[in-house]
Formats: sequence, C-alpha cells, structure tokens
Amino acid sequence: MEMLDLTLIWAGIIGFGVIMYVLMDGFDLGVGILFPFAPDEDSRDVLMNSVAPIWDGNETWLVLGGAGLLAAFPVVYSVFLPALYIGVFLMLAGLIFRGIAFEFRFKSHRNRRWWNRAFFGGSTVAAFAQGAVVGAYIQGFPVEDFVYVGGALDWLTPFTVLTGLGLVAGYALLGATWLIMKTEGHIQAWAYRLAPRLLVAVLAVFAIISLWTPFVDDAVRERWFGHLHLLWVFPALAMLCAFWLWRSVQARREGQPFIATLGVFVFTYLGLVVSKWPVIVPPNYTLWDVASAPESQLFLLLGVLFVIPIVLAYTAWSYWVFRGKVRVGEGYH
Amino acid sequence: MELDPLLLSRLQFAFVVSFHAIFPVFTIGLASYLAVLNGLFYRTGNPAWERLAIFWARVFAVVFGMGVVSGIVMAFQFGTNWSNFSLAASNILGPLLSYEVVTAFFLEAAFLGVLLFGRGKVPQGVHLFASIMVALGTFISAFWILVSNSWMQTPAGTELIDGRFHVTDWSEAIFTASFPYRFVHFVMASFLTGGFVVAGVSAWYLLIGRDVEANRKAFSMCLWLLLVLAPTQAIVGDGHGLNTLEHQPTKVAAMEGNWETQSRTPLLLFAWPDQKAQENALEVGLPGVASLILTHDIDGEVPGISEVPPEEQPPVWLVFWSFRIMVAMGLAMIVAVLIGAGLRAKGRLYDHRGFLQFMRVMTITPFLAVLAGWFVTEIGRAPWLVYGIMTQAEAVTPSLTGGMALFTLIGYILVYAVVFYAGTLYLTRVVRQGMLPEPPHDDEVERPKRPLSASHVPFEDAANQPGRS
Repeated sequence: MEMLDLTLIWAGIIGFGVIMYVLMDGFDLGVGILFPFAPDEDSRDVLMNSVAPIWDGNETWLVLGGAGLLAAFPVVYSVFLPALYIGVFLMLAGLIFRGIAFEFRFKSHRNRRWWNRAFFGGSTVAAFAQGAVVGAYIQGFPVEDFVYVGGALDWLTPFTVLTGLGLVAGYALLGATWLIMKTEGHIQAWAYRLAPRLLVAVLAVFAIISLWTPFVDDAVRERWFGHLHLLWVFPALAMLCAFWLWRSVQARREGQPFIATLGVFVFTYLGLVVSKWPVIVPPNYTLWDVASAPESQLFLLLGVLFVIPIVLAYTAWSYWVFRGKVRVGEGYH
Repeated sequence: MELDPLLLSRLQFAFVVSFHAIFPVFTIGLASYLAVLNGLFYRTGNPAWERLAIFWARVFAVVFGMGVVSGIVMAFQFGTNWSNFSLAASNILGPLLSYEVVTAFFLEAAFLGVLLFGRGKVPQGVHLFASIMVALGTFISAFWILVSNSWMQTPAGTELIDGRFHVTDWSEAIFTASFPYRFVHFVMASFLTGGFVVAGVSAWYLLIGRDVEANRKAFSMCLWLLLVLAPTQAIVGDGHGLNTLEHQPTKVAAMEGNWETQSRTPLLLFAWPDQKAQENALEVGLPGVASLILTHDIDGEVPGISEVPPEEQPPVWLVFWSFRIMVAMGLAMIVAVLIGAGLRAKGRLYDHRGFLQFMRVMTITPFLAVLAGWFVTEIGRAPWLVYGIMTQAEAVTPSLTGGMALFTLIGYILVYAVVFYAGTLYLTRVVRQGMLPEPPHDDEVERPKRPLSASHVPFEDAANQPGRS
C-alpha cells in the first residue's frame, strides 16, 4: 500500500494544468478569433499588444501537459493522440501559424495582411480542434487492450463539431471580456457590444451539449440522474456566473465580465470532471488503469513540484508588469 | 502503390526532428559563446565585446524562438505516430522527456528574459550570471534528450514486464553505455556549429569592412577555439565509433559498407551498397584501413552486416553515405582551421579574402555534419527503435493509415516551409543590420517568454536601412 496515492496527485497536477491552459491560452486565442472583426487596423495593433507579452507563457501549460501525460498517464497519451491524429495536427499547425504571426506581423508592413490571416486562421483552427477534443472525450474511444482501434475521423461527429464551435465561441467570449478589461474608447465599446452576443451563443451551445450528452454517454446519464445531487452545483454556479457576466456588461464594469467568464469556464470544467470522474479514457479506463509505474510518477513529481511554483510566480509577475490599459500607438511597431 | 504508414511515419519523424535539431544545435553553442562574450566584457570593459554580445544575443533570440516553435510538435509526435512505443517506454521516457521540458521552462522563466532584455537594467554581474545559467540550461536540456536517445540505442536499467518497460535502476537507465560518447560528441558538434557560424558571419563583415575591430576579435577567437575543437571532435568521434562497434556492431558494419565479417577490412572511399544482393555494386577502398581504425590492428576482424539476417539490417546505403558526408564535413573543418592557423602565423588571417570567402561558405558544414551524424545513428539503429528489444514496426501506431500519415507529412512540410522561410529571411535581415543600433522602439511589450521580440529589425526594406555599405 502506498503512503500517498501518486496517481491522485498527478491527476490534480494535470487537471490543474488543463484548466490553466484553457483559461490563459483561451483568452489570447479568443483575441485571435475576434481579430478580423476589429473596427480598424489600429485597433488590431492594440488587440495584439494586449496579449503579446503573455501568450507565449500561456502555451507553456500545453507542452507541460503533453509531456506530463506521457509520464503520468501514458495510456491517455497513446490513445488520445492516435484517435485525434488529424485534429492534433490541425491544432499544432494553427498554434504555430499564429505564434509566428505574432512575431512577424509587427516586423512586417507589406505582408501584414497575410500575417493577419494567419493569426485569425491559426487561432480559430486551434480553438476548434481543442473543443472537438473535449467532445471526443465525452464520446469515448474504441479501445482494445490499451490500444486505439478506431478510424482516422471517428472523432469528427456532429457532436464534436458542436463542441468545437462551442469552444470557439467560448474563447471569443474570453477574448472579448479580456479586451473590455484591457482597452478603452471605441475598441472597448466594440468589445462591450460583442460580449452579450457571444454569451448568448455560448449558452445556446452549452444548452444543446447538456441535452445531448446523456444520449452520447450512458455513464454520464446514469450519474446525472443518479443520486449524486451535489453534481448540479456546478452547472448552477456556471449559470450564476453567466448572469453576473450579463449584468456586469450592462453596468459597464470593466474587470468583472472577464472574471465572470473565467467562472463560467471553471464551473463548466468542474461539472465535466465530476460527471466523468474517475474515467479518463472513456468508456472503460479509470485514472488508475492508465497510470504509469509509481516509481516513474515519483521521479518526475520531484522536479515538477519544484518548477510549478516558479512558473506560477513568473506568470503572476508578467501579468503584474503588464497590468493596466493598452492604448492605440503604444507598444511596438 | 500502397501507402506504408510505417515508412511515412519514419519520414515524418525524420523531417520534423531534423528541422527542429538545426536550431538547438546552434543555440547550445551560441549560448556558451554569449556567456564568454559577456564574461570578457565584464572582465575587460572593452565595448567591442559588448557590441558583439548584443548582436549575437539578437541572433540567439530569433534562433531560439524558431527552436521553441518547431519543438512544440515534438511533444506530440511520439503519441500520434508511435503510440505503441510511447505506451511501452512511458515509464522511462516520460519522466526523462518531461525533465527536459521542465528544465527548459525553468530556464526561460528565470534567466532568458534577463539575458535578452536585462542589459543596462540589472547589474552587470547579474546579467553575466543569467547568461551563464542560460548556457548551462541548454546543456541540461541536451543532457535529457541525449539520455533518452542513448537509452533507445543501448537500453539498460529497465526490464520489460507485460510489454512495458519498468525502471529498475534510474542511474543505469540514465547513464547507459553509449551516453557519455554521444553527449560529448554532440556538445562538441554544437560548439563547432556556433563557432563556424560566428566565424563565417564575422568573415563576411570583414570582407565588407564593417565593424572591423569587433569582428576581428570574434573571428580570431573562433578560429582558436575551432583549431582545438575540430581535431578533437575527430578523436571523440573515433571513440564513439568504437563504443558503437561494441554495442551495435551492425550499425558500424553499415557505416563501413562491410557485408561479410573479415579481417583486413578496407576503408571504402566510394561504394554503392546493394541491399538485395547483400554486397557492394562498386567499391574503391584502402585495404586494411577500416580494420586499423576500428580494431587498431591492420589484420583485425571487423563484423559484417550479414551477421544479422536481412530483415534486421538497416538501409545500408543511407547509413553508409550519411557517414561519409559527416566525415567529409569534419575533414573540411579540420582543413579550414589548419589553413587559418597557417595564415595567422603569417599575419594574414584578417585580409586573405579567399580564406574569408571560404569561411563564409564553411558556415553550412556543421549543420550538414550534425544532420548526417543523426542520420547515421538513427537510421543505423533500424529496424530497431529500442535496440534489440522493440522494432519500429512494433512501435508504430496501430490505427495509423498511410493516408493519415501522408496528410500530416505534407502538412508539416508546408507549415515548416513557411516558418523556415520567414525565419531565415528575417535572420538574414538581422545579420545585414549587423551591429548597427536598432530602430527606436518602446520596449514595454517585450518579455522573456517571447525571445523573438528581442530583435526589432524590420522585415522589409533592407535596402533603405541606414548605413548599409
């Protein structure tokens, strides 16, 4: 008997990494999704500058998550990636394009239009692919003896298309509320107009997914309509945050809409976790089925426990340095 | 023709990893060079060192950024295309590769920003410390990657239980038989790469008479360094080869194009290995020399490829020719540094235009040598992925079809072509700009997580930049 359940600790670390990634890369991908709809080219500069100093750090969590999964939950790594082969490629290609667009758009004048497209296209494709991954996770994977046995595009169903679009809308909402907080004048006014519309879109998708999920996943249906009533706390809190978001946008509060959107994401995420727990490779495998050997989990844990606080401190510091409004003409050219 | 997912996955991995490898191999050498420059400036206060350090930090930032972008893909390749391998080897490779990621992030979070943006904002000693830590960090990153690779070449410290490797002894699994040789060989290759690039760029500046004082210092210093490194690398490479002969004799046999075990094995200068016929179609060689090199005895016996059945042999012509390219590049480097030493003795190091032109061209050689070297060691391991235990065919993702693999192979080639084109074009601009002050900018939005933002050279209008000669 282990003194500590390392698998549980690792589930906590990876779970934390996932939500950190979703929240943080979420708003900067969202800014990319909103990019072509900005009022003018000057505002696009502001949009980009509002996330330029931090986006790269936000993607740290993705790479850490990928490597951590291989080390702690290898079956997740070796089932999800083959099953989502095409989607993973699209996500990576999208992230790369938007990453270099960030850097080279500022340095380029003649080809700026193309970098704009790369930024929008890359962000949108990456967001859609991530949303589809969530949908595919709810759907589950045909797995035999720890090996994925399905086809290349099994993950691409109407349900995952919907979750993909849902996350695009969700990230756009995060982006819009981020811009409410970080900009002013006509750009902020534009973001204020966008936020309620995006919220409606997100809630619509949220509702359809919630109605649809019990038909996609029997285990979730049983849990939802079983005895675990605590479960309903999370969607209720998510709805409360959505209401708060609506009110704070109406009241033209600058910071609250973003916080409220973070709340919507966190409670939706927790709702999903509680619905699925402890199944991690649906429909058959739990966290403990897919874990790596304890000595391997322990070996890496030491390093990760050392580094995560440093990364967090550093992240907090960068956000602190770049607090406040981003204005037209500021930043670099 | 049937699309073979195994072959396409191998091509894809080779492409992605080769493309990625170009950047770190350069940044590892350059990081140490920056630390040296910053140290020299700290000691002497000579502004020429600082000018060099500022310029090369700008180049470092761009190359490091491209390395990070191309590296994201690597974190997912193992799972998408080699899922059976990932699952089987996760207990060992998961922690090792994660430690590389963790090191890289720690380095970025803590020191890269100070190195790239801290000059003049933090005390000079702190800046120097950050520079040394970044250099150290690049070695630690290389350490974990080479540990992983060496374990796949000469596995130890693990046992296979129910199809999965379990670590029985971490220090045995980390310090495997081939690791010390591979690590030294690779680090020296990185230094050679950094040295030849700096020397080549300095040579170009000297040719056009730009910033002569600083570039003479850089050129001279690199050539001293290379004069030691290039011949030493040949000796280290020989040691690595002997180690390979002991642990992976088939790989060495393929490198030598030696099909049958024989004494007095010739060193082949040219050959056309024919895998079907299990012999060389054409060969020109020096009798006994391969025996002499590998066994230190002209009559020594060298094992042949045919010691293992054809299905356990690597594609010989690829290994054979990659090895020859690597060695040819290494010899060219040795010739270059010897000519340099000769010219220095005659006091003509900085004004022999032919030599400066030659050194410009030599910039490409370490990159070719590194890629060829990786081809030798990786293809030479075939058909094994974990040597002697797991083949590539067993390792590939079972659900992967040829069509899927072809789709992503073409996709990655397109994506990387854009990245490489934009990056190289931009790097050329940075080098053209040289050590001139950069256009004015507001540095409020530049931060360590974005190495590329350390450079502000505009993408276009190079012709209009002030002061171009």
